[in-house]
Amino acid sequence: MLEIRWHSRAGQGAVTGAKGLADVISTTGKHVQAFAFYGSAKRGAAMTAYNRVDDKMIMNHEKYMEPDYVFVIDPALVYTSDVTINHKDTTKYIITTHMTTDQLIASQPKLKGKEVYTLDCIQIAQDTIGRPIPNTPMLGAFMKVSGMYDMEFFKKSMQRILAKLPQKIIDANMIAIQRAYDEVK
Amino acid sequence: MAFDKMKLRDIEVWDGNFAAAQAMRQCQIDVVSAYPITPSTPIVEGYAKFLADGYVEGEFVMVESEHAAMSGCIGAAGAGGRVATATSSQGFALMVETLYQASGMRLPIVLNVVNRALAAPLNVNGDHSDMYLGRDSGWIQFDAYCPQDAYDLNFIAFRVAEDHDVRLPAMVHQDGFMTSHTAQGVHTMDDDTAYSFVGEFKPMNDMLDFEHPVTHGVQTEEDWHFEHKARQHNDLMTKVFPKIEAAFDDFEKLTGRRYNLVEKYDLDDADVVVVCMGTSVETAREVALEMREKGIKAGVLGLRVIRPFPFFQIQEALKGIKAIAALDRSSPNGAPGMLFNELAGCLFNTDTNAMLSGYVYGLGGRDLTKRHLTDLYVELQANVDAGKITTPLQQFIGVRGPKLAFL
Repeated sequence: MLEIRWHSRAGQGAVTGAKGLADVISTTGKHVQAFAFYGSAKRGAAMTAYNRVDDKMIMNHEKYMEPDYVFVIDPALVYTSDVTINHKDTTKYIITTHMTTDQLIASQPKLKGKEVYTLDCIQIAQDTIGRPIPNTPMLGAFMKVSGMYDMEFFKKSMQRILAKLPQKIIDANMIAIQRAYDEVK
Repeated sequence: MAFDKMKLRDIEVWDGNFAAAQAMRQCQIDVVSAYPITPSTPIVEGYAKFLADGYVEGEFVMVESEHAAMSGCIGAAGAGGRVATATSSQGFALMVETLYQASGMRLPIVLNVVNRALAAPLNVNGDHSDMYLGRDSGWIQFDAYCPQDAYDLNFIAFRVAEDHDVRLPAMVHQDGFMTSHTAQGVHTMDDDTAYSFVGEFKPMNDMLDFEHPVTHGVQTEEDWHFEHKARQHNDLMTKVFPKIEAAFDDFEKLTGRRYNLVEKYDLDDADVVVVCMGTSVETAREVALEMREKGIKAGVLGLRVIRPFPFFQIQEALKGIKAIAALDRSSPNGAPGMLFNELAGCLFNTDTNAMLSGYVYGLGGRDLTKRHLTDLYVELQANVDAGKITTPLQQFIGVRGPKLAFL
């Protein structure tokens, strides 16, 4: 069982990202689950979304999770939410920030001793898609850190998932995914 | 047919709402009369989009309340069409008056109920309060545990409800957010196969058949009211189960997926059993398997059909079980839980020695964790070991503050 928790703000696309990732993984024969805590669902409010992946049918519907990966797609949530809650010793963190990994850990001591990767998903999304929607860059970074799939397969899958968007936006997302893959450290 | 077919992959990653909307598209509903409410809104939105995009030949009626939504469904069903809608919580509560009209008038409407708590305090999350509110309304009630079930049970609901020997409306329940907004793999049917399972709508006593005029919604006083109600109850008690079982059999032949009136998991040699509904059934299944590795003979019984209540099937399934927990996800507000009472009724006149205890859990979407269920099985095993119930008969799982227990 692979479990992922997303920390996001409502409107940044964590739910779409989690469902998109589930869709990609499902095509490889694995069982998937993607869900979110909505709370009162005000745009900009802190929220969490979740992925479960397994070789067998996923029967567990509890919301409690000790994640293998934590994705933080809004830079401020590292300080205002507890992104390390219910962690394991092996939990890996991919965090969007304009800082280096060392600077980030120095600014948030809870991350000390943890396996932390960083990149600036917000800046990448701004530069490529033209809007601060950091979900697809996070998935590009996840592909690099996890080595889950090769990029050609992943990008092709994401093109299918984004198919209802204008071609220009799809192309921009592909560039964003590749940049994130290349820039995550 | 004057609409486009949609190409689906064998497995689509859908949440429960979208699964239900797709089933409604494939059943080619004639009329959806709807008013939106969280968390069920995407079902009727989905149908409306399919209609606008030319994938359905039907009509979407926007109304001013859920009371009007069900009233519109009643009118359309009386006129003679395949009719469905969806609602939750407060919307369901506002619909209640009309629910009794629909069943009393024997109109085969399908209502997707995305289970949600009832205010006050206001809460949009999933529990079974609305589902419990509907249980005396004369509708058939199916219960989904996951998005796949929400898809499949819609087809089964139409097949059963529209059968001329049944002619009763049916609800398909799914847990708010836990199923409705949780995306999982759903095995799909292609449009032709799916439609072939429900078939073309065959009207009966339809008001638009001007050759054979009929009256719907009449008044009967003490001269006939009781006979109508007794006949409705008789049909629910005697005619519905054989039709549901036939539909389950045919559905299995078509898809390979098997449904049962009660879903039994590892009950044959079980000592301790959790009885519950919705997503909790699947979580409990997973925990029961883990308990068996620890030497506790654990099982799960899930209700697939809540009304009519599968009395004898449950009696049979719980034979030889030593300790049973009835899990109610709705506040009984001054009584034992519904499931506790129904199970007690099932078991009372039998030679069972089972110990039955009730638990209230998960109100307003409060998480039911694997840890909770593990502790529950351990508690049931302690009852078995002690040879008596060691706790009060009614306990609360997962509520903060001092431990609450009654009876």
